[in-house]
Amino acid sequence: MSDTFNTVADIIAETCDIPRDKIKPESHAIDDLEIDSLDFLDIAFAVDKAFGIKLPLEQWTQEVNDGKASTEQYFVLKNLCARIDDLIAAKGA
Amino acid sequence: MKLEYFQMIDRVVELSLDDGSIRVESVVPTESTVFEGHFPGHPLVPGVLLVETMAQTAGWVLLARNRFERMPFLAGVRSAKLRRFVTPGERLSIQGRIVHEGSGFAVASCQVRADGKPVSDAELTFRILPFPHSDVRADLEAAAARIGLPLQAVSDVG
Repeated sequence: MSDTFNTVADIIAETCDIPRDKIKPESHAIDDLEIDSLDFLDIAFAVDKAFGIKLPLEQWTQEVNDGKASTEQYFVLKNLCARIDDLIAAKGA
Repeated sequence: MKLEYFQMIDRVVELSLDDGSIRVESVVPTESTVFEGHFPGHPLVPGVLLVETMAQTAGWVLLARNRFERMPFLAGVRSAKLRRFVTPGERLSIQGRIVHEGSGFAVASCQVRADGKPVSDAELTFRILPFPHSDVRADLEAAAARIGLPLQAVSDVG
């Protein structure tokens, strides 16, 4: 598993008090791990700090609400980590 | 300070939009209906109102940073400490500093001091949302003028 996933999984485990071994790349943060929007703010804060990025939560939420994207695209952890990697790469570009 | 009306801030002393910090002052009223219940014969500012005071302090700098285009709502309180009692007539100095601005949220670190000594501190999380109604924005702008928030500096934010 990627370093990004391991960091994100550690953050989720600590922030939401979820057993680390329950957090998989295929886990859906909302549907499987039952992380609510307030807990996700804490996760976003920790992710932003850990990677020096700014997760575009508002944009993602708007896209989901508008039916332009599915929650899986952003909240299944392997997809979330891929987007984090993209943001890290964009930052360094 | 008017506890009954949740007017926790008397005046803005310092505001730095560049580093997202603010310092404000408030004087605890000598009389308040709050003290009739908290507690009879032993008046103390409720700890939750000290948290509210810190939240409003950080809220003003967040409002200033986004030029009153969106409104911060308290969403989380972390590591809140109430270090000693606060009694009627005390002069409080409250500092707030934005430690992170995320997408649709912000985190701030706040401290209350009296006589130069720490009284209370906390890390607060805010959701940053559209104003629920234009009247709310107008009320906050009026309150900003009352406490001396430098609106010119706010309007100059690039």
